[in-house]
Amino acid sequence: MIVLGLLELSAPNSPPLPPAVIPAMAGALEERLPVRAVLLDPLPVPPSAFDARRRQWSAPALLEAVLRSAPDGLTKVLAVTGVDLFIPMLSFVYGQAQLGGRAGVVSIARLRQPFYGLPENTPLLLERARKEAVHEAGHLLGLVHCPQPDCVMRLSVQAGQIDLKSEALCPACAARVREGLA
Amino acid sequence: MKPQWQILVVDDEEIMCESLAAWLREDGYQVDTASSGREAVELAKKTDYAIYFIDLKMPGGMDGIDTLMEIRRIHPEASVIIITAFATVDTAITAIKEGAQEYIVKPCNPEEISLLVSRIIKVKKLQRENLILRKKLARQYQFHDIISKNPRMQEILELAREVSSLRSTVLIRGESGTGKELIARAIHFSGARAQKPFIAVSCAALAETLLESELFGYEKGAFTGAAERKKGKFELADGGTIFLDEIGDIPPKLQADLLRALQERSFYRVGGTEEIQVDVRVIAATHKDLRALVEEGRFREDLYYRLNVIEIVIPPLRERREDIPLLARHFVERLSHELGKPVEEISEDAMRLLMSHSWPGNVRELENAIERAIVSCRGATLSAEDFSFLQDNGAARFRVPDNMTLAEMEKLMIEATLRRTGGNVKEAAASLGIDRSTLYEKLKRYGIER
Repeated sequence: MIVLGLLELSAPNSPPLPPAVIPAMAGALEERLPVRAVLLDPLPVPPSAFDARRRQWSAPALLEAVLRSAPDGLTKVLAVTGVDLFIPMLSFVYGQAQLGGRAGVVSIARLRQPFYGLPENTPLLLERARKEAVHEAGHLLGLVHCPQPDCVMRLSVQAGQIDLKSEALCPACAARVREGLA
Repeated sequence: MKPQWQILVVDDEEIMCESLAAWLREDGYQVDTASSGREAVELAKKTDYAIYFIDLKMPGGMDGIDTLMEIRRIHPEASVIIITAFATVDTAITAIKEGAQEYIVKPCNPEEISLLVSRIIKVKKLQRENLILRKKLARQYQFHDIISKNPRMQEILELAREVSSLRSTVLIRGESGTGKELIARAIHFSGARAQKPFIAVSCAALAETLLESELFGYEKGAFTGAAERKKGKFELADGGTIFLDEIGDIPPKLQADLLRALQERSFYRVGGTEEIQVDVRVIAATHKDLRALVEEGRFREDLYYRLNVIEIVIPPLRERREDIPLLARHFVERLSHELGKPVEEISEDAMRLLMSHSWPGNVRELENAIERAIVSCRGATLSAEDFSFLQDNGAARFRVPDNMTLAEMEKLMIEATLRRTGGNVKEAAASLGIDRSTLYEKLKRYGIER
């Protein structure tokens, strides 16, 4: 059984994560993947990862920070943050993970309805957060994007696309994880 | 699993390269990165990437446009996406003019990149599928090593199949390089004699006495230097087929010996007294007009009729241009493997060039041209530039045989034009620049049938 550490990446001047988010993610990970989720202490985001011009945080820089602080002996770590993430080429990313690697990061900034000018909807946020956690952890297990419409590994580039897919792996992705061939 | 399409990301900023590469890897692509145009070109020489993401501004004397041009020179069909932080109309126009498939401004929406990559990959998949189907189709037109979809060639191949099981002598006529020996081999190897020897002799290559001993063998002491008894090609071909190439060049004395061997199915070795019996099928070939040689008294009429039991006339390549793409791709497939170069395709421009060339040396010339192009090619696709040595000047197209009269030339020209127009006199007259009545008069004069 793979032990996967979950931790909050907290940024100054940014509201903390709703308390139900990390437990919801841990539950989804243990339900959907052959992993045991353990909760780790929060980690402050490194200020150097902030891009003042874009007013976003660099996903690669956060990944590096997570890797540096990950406890020895822990196979994989998934960080969760409330700040908005980017990579230089793209205007934003929901998250990023090392394919088959050790660290991943998920942002809930764009999973919240207020980001789109709508009232907060906590059940919807938790549903999206569970899916994104399983999606990024799937990458950590070596899974790539899946063309199946309801597979959690399907690429989502809009919040609506996250809502359309399920939080489960399709049979083919599940088999890949089981056989360790992903 | 998705097929492993390969992508190269080129940017001098490591974080830009690595983060885009990581994002694309999550999509199942195999992604390499390069931090300069030069490094990208070196990688492109080794791998034919499906997509290249190239940053426009790069230091080191080779910017994105230079890199794009160099990569497109190596891989004319490469899909290149130019990335820039500051778009200007001028750079966009330059990039597209130089063959960039897309020009995008960073940062861009993930959806845009995702759609762009999947659209390019979809086209690549279709191209790959097309290549596989074309290869399958080519096999349909193949008879042993002969590839053609030309109706006349199909008839020839059908005839070759039919006569392969017979023992009758075959005379194959055709210009140099049309594949006369290939047809002879196909007849031999698809018939009952396939397990027996196929012996080829070029009658033009040897002097009279040498050819005689080559064909019929000699006894010890038959002439100076004949230290041992030696079997000739006829004896070596016993049970199989002897292919007598350039039969029109055979000297008169040997014509008589050959006629006897064909009639009696027996012969004497040079200097020998023992009659040797053989069971050999004879296939002869020539690029000369044997009938004309007979009329000029330079070729025995009885030998001509003995050889010409089944006649196969192979059309020159310029009269079956539809075969050029099939043959060219067949040669690319075979020769790239033989030469150990990963060339897979011929660009559209290069194919147009091949289609327009007159190929006086026929299929052999085409094969040599493909080989030469593969040797100089630096990517996976042969470009028109790789065939720059094909100088198709007028002299090559209109090679006039020795001793040809103007009337003979006119007759040939009318016949060729009629063949091209499918016997349509009106169209042929227009093409020749004469009126219809004049053409009818010439048809009558030269005894040309439509």
